[in-house]
Amino acid sequence: MTLGTDWAVAWVRRAAEVIAEHRVELITLDREIGDGDHGENLDRGFTAVLPKLDALPGDSTPGDVLKVVATTLISTVGGASGPLFGTAYLKASGAIAGRAEIDATGLVELLTAARDGVVLRGKAEAGDKTMIDAWTPAVDAAAAAAESGSDEREVLEAAAAAAEAGAVATESLVAHKGRASYLGERAVGHRDPGAQSSALILRAAVEAAR
Amino acid sequence: MKKLINDPKNVVQESVAGFAAAHSDIVTASTDPLFIVRSDAPVAGKVGIVSGGGSGHEPLHGGFVGHGMLGAAVPGPVFTSPTPDPIVAATKAVDGGAGVLHIVKNYTGDVLNFETAADLAAADGIEVRSVVTNDDVAVQDSLYTAGRRGVGGTVLVEKIAGAAAERGDALDEVAAIAERVNANVRTMGVALTPCVVPHAGEPSFTLGDDEIEIGIGIHGEPGRERIALEPADAIVDRLLAPILDDFPFESGQSVLLFVNGMGGTPLVELYIVYRHAVEVLAQRGITVVRNLVGNYITALEMQGASISVLKLDDEMTELWDAPVQTAALRWGR
Repeated sequence: MTLGTDWAVAWVRRAAEVIAEHRVELITLDREIGDGDHGENLDRGFTAVLPKLDALPGDSTPGDVLKVVATTLISTVGGASGPLFGTAYLKASGAIAGRAEIDATGLVELLTAARDGVVLRGKAEAGDKTMIDAWTPAVDAAAAAAESGSDEREVLEAAAAAAEAGAVATESLVAHKGRASYLGERAVGHRDPGAQSSALILRAAVEAAR
Repeated sequence: MKKLINDPKNVVQESVAGFAAAHSDIVTASTDPLFIVRSDAPVAGKVGIVSGGGSGHEPLHGGFVGHGMLGAAVPGPVFTSPTPDPIVAATKAVDGGAGVLHIVKNYTGDVLNFETAADLAAADGIEVRSVVTNDDVAVQDSLYTAGRRGVGGTVLVEKIAGAAAERGDALDEVAAIAERVNANVRTMGVALTPCVVPHAGEPSFTLGDDEIEIGIGIHGEPGRERIALEPADAIVDRLLAPILDDFPFESGQSVLLFVNGMGGTPLVELYIVYRHAVEVLAQRGITVVRNLVGNYITALEMQGASISVLKLDDEMTELWDAPVQTAALRWGR
C-alpha cells in the first residue's frame, strides 16, 4: 500500500481532533515550564485548517494538503510553535511535491524535511529539550524501518513510537532553547510541550493510515 | 479567579476596540488583521517603527503608538506573539518611503514571527531593519538559553528610537540608536504574585503567601530564584546588585532610572522602590537625571516590579526629552 491524498487529509483531520482532545494537557505542560499557551495556539491553528481542506481542488496531491496546513499554521498559531510547525509542514510539502502516492521512502523524506525545517527555523539541537527531541528519533526510526523493508504504516508506527519515547525522555533534560531555558535545572522533571504535541501529531499520521 | 472580561476568546479584540475608541485623536485600529497605527501614518519621508508581541503587557505596545514613538503596534493573543500577517500589514501601513524599523523583544515566538514578517515585507520592496531587545540580567547563562529577554528596557528603546525617527534620522541611524539604548540598559524584575492568562483561567505558577520570585520575565514565567518575602529596600538591593555587577558604572555616570509596575502593584509601593533605588545608585556615585515610574510593561494583574537603569549620553537624553504624544507617554506637545 502507498499513501495518497486521502491519507494526508485524514492525517490532518485526526491531528486536529487529537490536539483538541489534548488541549488542556498541552496547556498544563506549557504552564509548568513555559507560558501556558501551547494547547490553545495549536488548537486554534488546526481548527483553522479544517475548512480549507474542504476547499481543496479534487486533483490535490498530499504535498498540496501539507502546504495548506503550513500556510494556515504560520498565519494563525503565533508564538514559537506557529513558525516551527508551519515550517515543518512547508518543508515536508516540498519534499513530496507533485507525487500522488507516497511510499515508505517518501515518508522518510517527508519526515526528514519536516525535522530539518524545525532545526532551520528554531536553531535547536538534539538534547535542547525541544520538539527536535521528538522529531529526530522519529526520523531515525522511520529510516531504519524503511531500510528493513517495512511498509508505510509500519514506518509511521516506528516514527510515532520513537517520538513518544523522545517526548518522555525530554523530562530528564535541561532546556537550552525557548522559554523553558530560563528555568535551568528547574525544568528537569517536566515534559516539553512541543515534543509532546509533535508525538501526538505523528501518532495521528499512523491512525490515518489504517 | 475573577476577571472583568466577556468571552476569553474576545479579550484582545475587545480591548483594542476600546483603546482605539478612547484614543481616536492619536491612533486608529485595523481589526483584521489586528494592529494599532498612528492616525497620521504613513509619515512621508520618515522612518516608521513597528513593535508588537503578545497582549497582556499594556500599555506596551499600543500605548506607545503616536507622535515621537511607534508608528504601529501589533498585539498578539495574550502572551503569544502575533503571526507574520498582521506584522506585514502594520509594516506597510507605516512605510513612508524611508524604511521601517522592527523593535522585537527577545522571546523565541516574537523573534521567529517578526523574522518571517521582515522577509515577507522585504519581498514586497520595503526596507526593514530589526532590533531585538535583551536587557534582562536575570538570565545568567545566555549562551545555553534562548538568551536574555527583552523587558523594561524595550520601553526606553521605543521612546528614544521614536524620537530619532521623528526628527528625520535615516533608517540605519534609527536602528543604530535603538541598538545603543539596548546595549546601555539593564533590567531585573520581581514577582509577588503570579498572573492568570484569561483563557487558561489558572495562575501560570504558584507562590506561597510569604514567597517572592526574583528574576521574572513579563509572562509569569518563573524566574531565577524563589525567596521569602523581604522589606522593599532589601528587594531593591537584590534587583540592583546584578544590574550593577553586570554593567560597570563609573562614578559620575548619569542614568535614567525606570521603576516599572507589573500591573498589580500600586504606585504607592513603586515610589518606595524608586526612593531606595535612587539612594543605592547615589552611593555608587551614579546620578539619576531622568526617570520613569509607573505601569508601562506589565504582566496582566501580577504584583511586582522591575528596575531598569539606562546609561545616558547627551544624544539619548535629548531624544528622551523630545516631544511625545501617545496614550501612555505624553510630554512636550
